[in-house]
Amino acid sequence: MKIENIKSQFPIFSRKINGKPLVYLDSSNSSQKPICVIDRLNDFYKDEFSNIGRSIHSLAVNATNKFEETRMSVKNFINAKSKDEIIFTKNATESMNLIATIFGQQNIEKGDEIIVTELEHHSNYVPWHFLRERKGAIIKFVPINEDGDIIIDELKRLITPKTKIVTVTHLSNVTGTIVPIKEIVEIAHKKNVPVLVDGCQAVPHIKVDVTDLDCDFYAFSGHKVYGPTGVGILYAKKKWLEELPPYMGGGAMISEVKKDKILYASPPEKYEAGTMPTAEVIAFNESIKFMESIGIDNLIKHEKEIKEYALENLRKINSVKIIGNPKNKAGVIAFVMQGIHPHDIATILDDDGVAIRAGHHCCQILHEKLNLTATARVSIGVYNNKEDIDKLCKAIDNCRKIFDLK
Amino acid sequence: MDLKQLYQDIILDHGKSPRNFGKCVGHNSEAKGYNPLCGDLVQVYLKLNDKKKVEDLTFEGSGCAISMASASIMTDLVKGKSCEVARKIANAFLVMIKSSSEMKSDDLEDDQITKIMSLSGVKQFPMRIKCATLSWHTLISAMEGKKEEVNTETTD
Repeated sequence: MKIENIKSQFPIFSRKINGKPLVYLDSSNSSQKPICVIDRLNDFYKDEFSNIGRSIHSLAVNATNKFEETRMSVKNFINAKSKDEIIFTKNATESMNLIATIFGQQNIEKGDEIIVTELEHHSNYVPWHFLRERKGAIIKFVPINEDGDIIIDELKRLITPKTKIVTVTHLSNVTGTIVPIKEIVEIAHKKNVPVLVDGCQAVPHIKVDVTDLDCDFYAFSGHKVYGPTGVGILYAKKKWLEELPPYMGGGAMISEVKKDKILYASPPEKYEAGTMPTAEVIAFNESIKFMESIGIDNLIKHEKEIKEYALENLRKINSVKIIGNPKNKAGVIAFVMQGIHPHDIATILDDDGVAIRAGHHCCQILHEKLNLTATARVSIGVYNNKEDIDKLCKAIDNCRKIFDLK
Repeated sequence: MDLKQLYQDIILDHGKSPRNFGKCVGHNSEAKGYNPLCGDLVQVYLKLNDKKKVEDLTFEGSGCAISMASASIMTDLVKGKSCEVARKIANAFLVMIKSSSEMKSDDLEDDQITKIMSLSGVKQFPMRIKCATLSWHTLISAMEGKKEEVNTETTD
């Protein structure tokens, strides 16, 4: 599929926002959906719907097969060793809560240490805070430098014999920092400490190979990868899924239930209690096919070009200050403007049909570190082009006019 | 939606140069308001005399043009009023910003009504209403001597 024509695959771009064509620059929050994904959801509900699992009838067999096909596609997409290492959840937040809960239950005691970083989204901090509250664990933060890069030497210093897990984002949803996960995993594994990676922002925009990264856990959400809402993915090395206790109890996650004992199913079913988002998981397969039809290398090249065009043009605008200057930056650009609050920027841009996000982006620790309460954030998706960036810059000019900035 | 309705000159002026900004001398009540959705923070300092009259009213904080202008206009209008009247004005403002097209108050002069009505454009922008109401809820809290922080997610 040619990237130049990709917008036509997304029906939402035919509508207008406040009378203007939509310029969607909020893909870090959630991406728009291509027609193939929307059609698949629709077709499944129309012609194929059944729950998956144990029913014998034809519809159930078909649905189960299709559901498992997505698992296989995800496995191949992130290069896991086995499809049994892919667990479906509600979203990445649930994936990370799942690991924090069951890993914490089994492995974390009072005084044990959990290492997070200052870049983390709340979803990769709050679940660990629960363990601090419930178990008396200690949370240590790996600091970032002024550019928004994690200070790796500090990580080395923070790991002690008490450290039980390192949990880190692959790509910051504020500074766009691409974190050197492989290096972090090597450092942690040398001390026998497992690593969880929050891959929410990475999977849609960079190549992710969990076998190469060698991380223990990797979490991401389908809705940021051009997929439906309601699909989260948790990759975990097989040994962990066998060793760790189950998370939620219910149907499908058991193999035998007696009044005096319960045997659990093997992974992945062990971690998929109850009815899953069947249609959404099945439609998510189309998102992966969509990504593959573009080719991850083409996608990276395209988004890099748009990001650089955006950075170049935003830097030309007086009073715009871009937050962070990491060594490797993806298409996530947070900025502030002297004299205009990010919320006012977002409202004025919206009037021109330009959708961005304003606020702390669920990263209050990071904003506090940067001495900011809020930033405006532009985030690029595969459908964005240079024309979108021109419209963004024009809308920012409008902010400057309204606020009478020089 | 009309941006000009939202960003009127009065709002831009108060947003850029908020009046009564800082801690007032001799304040005997204060309250903190927080909007967790955006991180906006406002602190209201109130000096009440023996007769429960607002002798001085100031605020500190950071936020968007709407929240700063709303707080600034509020301090301008409420200063010198009794607590009871201040409460009535605050209630009338909250009704106006959420559901009514007019500001009903016998306690304000016409020019004051005009000033406060400059915030009425916010109604067209539902995501921004809490920006405008934060400081008013915080004022009510300060007048009632409440200890807990005002949170826009737990107020109406």
